[in-house]
Amino acid sequence: MDIRDLWAESMAGMLARPIRSALTTLGTVLGITTLVVTMGIAATAGNQIVGRFDELLATSITVEVPQSSRQALVSWEAVAELRRLRGVLSATALAQSDKSSNLVVTANNLLDPTQVAGQTLAVVAATPNLQATTHGRLLAGRFYDAGHIIRRDRVVVLGEQAAAMLGITRLDHAPAVFINDRAYTVIGIIGGLQREQILAGAVLVPPTIGPDFGLKNVTRVLVGTQLGAAELIARQAALALSPNHAGELQVIAPPGPKRARDGAQDDVNGLFLILGLVSLIVGAVGIANVTLVTIMERVAEIGLRRALGATRRNIAAQFLLESSLIGLTGGVIGASLGTVAVVTVAAVRHWTPVLDIRLALAAPAAGALVGLLAGLYPALRAARMEPVDALR
Amino acid sequence: MPEPVIELTGICRDFPADPPVRALDNVTLRVDPGDYMAIIGPSGSGKSTLLNVLGLLDRPSSGSFRLDGIETTTLRDGARTRLRGARIGFVFQSFHLLPHRTVTENVMLAEVYGRHPRRGRLARAKQALEQVGMGHRTGFQPGRLSGGERQRVAIARALMARPSLLLCDEPTGNLDSRNTEAVLDLFDGLRSQGLTILVITHEDEVSARAKRRVRIGDGVLTEQE
Repeated sequence: MDIRDLWAESMAGMLARPIRSALTTLGTVLGITTLVVTMGIAATAGNQIVGRFDELLATSITVEVPQSSRQALVSWEAVAELRRLRGVLSATALAQSDKSSNLVVTANNLLDPTQVAGQTLAVVAATPNLQATTHGRLLAGRFYDAGHIIRRDRVVVLGEQAAAMLGITRLDHAPAVFINDRAYTVIGIIGGLQREQILAGAVLVPPTIGPDFGLKNVTRVLVGTQLGAAELIARQAALALSPNHAGELQVIAPPGPKRARDGAQDDVNGLFLILGLVSLIVGAVGIANVTLVTIMERVAEIGLRRALGATRRNIAAQFLLESSLIGLTGGVIGASLGTVAVVTVAAVRHWTPVLDIRLALAAPAAGALVGLLAGLYPALRAARMEPVDALR
Repeated sequence: MPEPVIELTGICRDFPADPPVRALDNVTLRVDPGDYMAIIGPSGSGKSTLLNVLGLLDRPSSGSFRLDGIETTTLRDGARTRLRGARIGFVFQSFHLLPHRTVTENVMLAEVYGRHPRRGRLARAKQALEQVGMGHRTGFQPGRLSGGERQRVAIARALMARPSLLLCDEPTGNLDSRNTEAVLDLFDGLRSQGLTILVITHEDEVSARAKRRVRIGDGVLTEQE
């Protein structure tokens, strides 16, 4: 039997009952769609989560400097050295202590019995490039610079919440805040911090003013790196900051992007994969069932074909091909629907759709395989039929 | 003397039952090329069993059946199937046309199995249809044809593979007298072209046209003069 004849006979057999064939594919369509959507959404969402990590976490390194009474482990100047490392975009040194975290700050020295005059705020000494490292935004005024530091100007920059608590909204009259009964000029208000958001409620002072509040030594270094450089910088940072005491610094690096992706996919995949596989099995049972019914209806046709010289193998091949074609059709439709669904979901969420091209190609093949397996038993039944019985 | 198309020697066919049923009892028959033979008998006489054995659809329990000189009783299933497809054309009482296929496709089905070239198949199908006077109905589906037309399409399909034996099982059983006449005329024409035809029937009108008549009763064959 010519392979083209086999193909033509199977196609004709499938198309003879188009509605039944279409309904039979439904199970496979559902199964394959579920599988493609599951894998596609998982890959898309996984990629998306990694994308967000890239912005916030994947480029952020924090170095905690333990406090020792003998000496400073990290000098304020060392932070400038750190920026010479390739991949470091910005680095900021902070100093904060338990004592400086609870200081009473007042906006004026009037005693107003109707108002709570003082607010308990944290005072943090920071190097001037804090804005860049925390991706913050100056809401008013300016940040202090190297000049303020060298001159030991008594200036502060307020975090946005601290400013609100103190009732300071405008800087055009050069307002002052009083800490430990000393006045400090407010020259800026910083807000929109994406990192170290706790600093929004803090009073930021130049490092040279820090000693007023017992803040002599660097306690923490914030580092912002280029994308992908975090892992490398995390290994180098401690040595660059404090060559003699590198081992004592505690470097907190973001999780590797690979782990983030795997973690995200594991959660989504498991359940839905099982769902998709169950639908596929249901689809296979459906194909097997309908093919069996079809064969029972076509007993006379099988008998005729046997009389015309069809061998048992010819009969089995025809019905196997028919059920495989039904499965393949379901697979193609399912893969298409699944891809459309993934792209739609991604478009609605403004995500980048991610779909493994091998998955899109393997899905129809999986559908055909389901059809083939489902057709095995019915095809065997058809082939085993005796021509005498089939023609009766 | 030419090789006979059919040579049955001592054919028996038993069906397992309690007690066993002997449907064919020591049947001996010889059909020569160009013979036009009718096998007549009432229902239950073993007609169908004989047809199944002759059509290689069923194996006899004992005896020898040579088709075109080939001993068929010892052949395996695949070889019997190939022999059946190549040497025997079937015409059934209920036509057995595929309902969703056109007349031409139904006729071409005869060349799907076995080793037939695909080239020229359509032309051969059309020629076979012309031969039975159905050349004007090639694109029709069987459902739109009359009974007589359907049977002529079925005969065209049987002729398509150029068989050495045309085996007809009650070919006019579903036809009215006018269509019966047309089919019988067709058989006469084919006979005159040298085709070997074997018709199984219970209608005297059909058997009267045949050159040889064999009566079967209780599995025993008797040739009538």
